[in-house]
Amino acid sequence: MGKQSIEQLQKVATQLRRDVLRMVHAVQSGHPGAPLGCAEFFVALYFDQLHHNPDFKMDGKGEDLFFLSNGHLSAGWYSVLARSGYFPVEELKTFRKLNSRLQGHPATHEHLPGIRVASGSLGQGLSVAIGVAQAKKIEKDDKLVYILMGDGELQEGQIWEAAMYAAHQKVDNLIATVDYNGQQIDGPTEKIMDLKNLKAKWESFGWVVNEITNGNDMQSVLDGLEKAKELAGKGKPVVNLLYTEMGYGVDFMVGTHKWHGSPPNDEQLANALGQLEETLGDY
Amino acid sequence: MSLDLKFTYTEKKDTRSGFGDGFLEAGRKNPNVVGLCADLIGSLKMGDFQKEFPERFFQTGIAEANMIGISAGLAIGGKIPFAGTFANFATGRVYDQIRQSVAYSDKNVKICASHAGLTLGEDGATHQILEDLGMMKMLPHMTVINPCDYNQTKAATLAIAEHEGPVYLRFGRPSWPIFTPKDQKFEIGKAWKMIDGKDVTIFATGHLVWEAVVAEAMLREEGIHAEVINIHTIKPLDEEAILESVKKTGCAVSAEEHQINGGLGDSIAQTLIRHNPAPLEYVGVNDSFGESGTPTQLLEKYGLNAENIVKAAKAAIARK
Repeated sequence: MGKQSIEQLQKVATQLRRDVLRMVHAVQSGHPGAPLGCAEFFVALYFDQLHHNPDFKMDGKGEDLFFLSNGHLSAGWYSVLARSGYFPVEELKTFRKLNSRLQGHPATHEHLPGIRVASGSLGQGLSVAIGVAQAKKIEKDDKLVYILMGDGELQEGQIWEAAMYAAHQKVDNLIATVDYNGQQIDGPTEKIMDLKNLKAKWESFGWVVNEITNGNDMQSVLDGLEKAKELAGKGKPVVNLLYTEMGYGVDFMVGTHKWHGSPPNDEQLANALGQLEETLGDY
Repeated sequence: MSLDLKFTYTEKKDTRSGFGDGFLEAGRKNPNVVGLCADLIGSLKMGDFQKEFPERFFQTGIAEANMIGISAGLAIGGKIPFAGTFANFATGRVYDQIRQSVAYSDKNVKICASHAGLTLGEDGATHQILEDLGMMKMLPHMTVINPCDYNQTKAATLAIAEHEGPVYLRFGRPSWPIFTPKDQKFEIGKAWKMIDGKDVTIFATGHLVWEAVVAEAMLREEGIHAEVINIHTIKPLDEEAILESVKKTGCAVSAEEHQINGGLGDSIAQTLIRHNPAPLEYVGVNDSFGESGTPTQLLEKYGLNAENIVKAAKAAIARK
């Protein structure tokens, strides 16, 4: 895949947002808020950053790999996988329906190309990504492993077991990203369980912290991910703090936890789609 | 008075050493075999492998959930990870990690669990897990193996390295008779009829296979001929062997170092009920936690030794 212009990448991100909204609306279930906020990240990663092969192989040897630990962002991940050629875009309409490969949370059981481990029960993906990164080191494979986590997800203890381990083992072919939107299902993270100084937390665990302060601006995300790549391979694992807004792109959804796990009704969908141009053709 | 045992031993050793030696050999055979341990390398006997293959061994510290996740990741990268810790921390503590990242994701991870059951001894009930077989056998995709002595544990360890898919391998701490052949072939899912009999079948697993061998000799002195079947693989269960034996003997005893609830006996009962209802007596822990003591004392107090198997066999025969 050749490099695409910012305008082209933004079009993909807009289409991803439409896909997400239409998918969760169709089954009246799912999680629209966070994938709307991570659209730029998903698109920058799959359409610009990753050296990857949509002709899917489980072991991913010689490829950059991405893992989604906060599996409830599945609609966004499925959209970017389909739009980058892992499976037919048409298949997005089966999301969360019986006999679909597009399970509510990502799974390997139905052999959906692009998925290497199930996620949904939070806190597990970082450990898995570390294991893959270590397998790459044994194999002398110089490609990178990427992993996205939610900020609320950092309340899980296993994350910090993994954080301690990755630094101790110098897993420097790993680029983690925290979707730092400050929201979780019951409310703002600072009210539910305050994360306090995340930058200092990761640094004290021995990680290099790379702040991407505008996670909903395509150029900022591209620049931030380029910088992360430069920081990798220097003896420390890298974590991006990606500042995003939950629900970004739809005026009545942005910046609140209310759309974390609730689908829009017919009227709300029409309103939302009116704010997002159909750039690549709906599924 | 000495018993006329059908299997005898000259040496005792812990089953965890069988695991450690098998693990080293598996590592020499296949460069994709890697190891992980959560700060119990000495107890799990994983030290020889670590010394010989330091670049293929990962000390995870006291963080079992992370160890299971890393194992799943290594398996994605084409490795065959053996993750070792005490059975309690290898199952109950990390059930959700095993469920989502290993079993549901169908990863080729070997969960290697030592110090299972009451025979862990003096450490007491916090460490004496008696529910692990039940938890693991309920997971779809999971193979569950519980070998009986050093030789069988070594053979099982080599066999699981060649088996594709998630496995739970359970072994223990105490020094135990070595009564099965050296360098035996281990067939996953295939029960082993150790002693022929006609009056009752004793289905035993793990350390209690030895107690079953002793019980058979005690029963024979009273003119009762018990068949002894070694069920080293709890899942997939060799239903054919179970049904064939009970068709002949008409009744059975299950013997395991585990809760009766959810253990091997439950699996056998399901098989019998569906195909050939017959009296079945359970030898296992009856809905209780353990306590500190020596392995021998604990097997006696909780009703898991050869004398209890003899009693159960007679009770099963009486119900025919």
